[in-house]
Amino acid sequence: MKLSEIKELLQCEVLAGEDDLSVDILQVVASDGMSEILAFAKSRELMITGLTNIQSIRTADVAGVSAVIYCRGKRPDKKVIDFAKQKKIPVLVTSMVMFDICGILFNRGLKGVS
Amino acid sequence: MTAMELLRECYEIQGKNFDKAGEVAGEIKVVLRDLGIDAAHLRRLVIVAFEAEMNVVMYAQRGTMTLIVTDEDINLETTDEGPGIPDIELALQEGYSTASDEMREMGFGFGMGLPNMKKNSDEFRIESNMGKGTSVFSKIRLPAHE
Repeated sequence: MKLSEIKELLQCEVLAGEDDLSVDILQVVASDGMSEILAFAKSRELMITGLTNIQSIRTADVAGVSAVIYCRGKRPDKKVIDFAKQKKIPVLVTSMVMFDICGILFNRGLKGVS
Repeated sequence: MTAMELLRECYEIQGKNFDKAGEVAGEIKVVLRDLGIDAAHLRRLVIVAFEAEMNVVMYAQRGTMTLIVTDEDINLETTDEGPGIPDIELALQEGYSTASDEMREMGFGFGMGLPNMKKNSDEFRIESNMGKGTSVFSKIRLPAHE
């Protein structure tokens, strides 16, 4: 599923990487624990988290995920968004909670990484 | 035949500085990429470096990270001045953690750091002295030598 479709499904606002949401997402990794993301992401996944500090983008960069969605309407500081832009990682935010996001995406055929 | 050293870099890590936490791993990623290390091995080493750096930031006053790249492998040694690990075997169990709430608010301290480092290493060793500090050694073999 294209990131642009996910953006519509989850009613996201795009905070970084708006010019290119064409990346194809096949799998999802969702956690507030950054080591969980690092342990399970194999690269090119969509990362869903409620953690909005600089470590979330560092983790996304190290894990090699394709995009980050912040849940529960939590918005990162400008320096976090700037860092994501520098690392060329699209960043989106939705007001939905993590459980609902995962349910919606699972119903549309996306799977977690195991 | 002994391995030929291609690069040796030493980095300082400031304990308790969560804003800067991860910068050293970020620098190491750039250095390894410039050296032409392939994406899969680079990713494994950077995960080890990031987790090691977070551990120093969370638990220690300061630490150093030494990166040695040879034509055979990548070696990362992280040494800190911290409290030490009383039971290394226990610390290596997934889910075991002594992290504070503040550390968990940073997204770390869920008992996955050391297991992640071990999983991504071909050789992995921890040495710890209570009240003095901890050293963590990680080796990742490069493709022709796996």
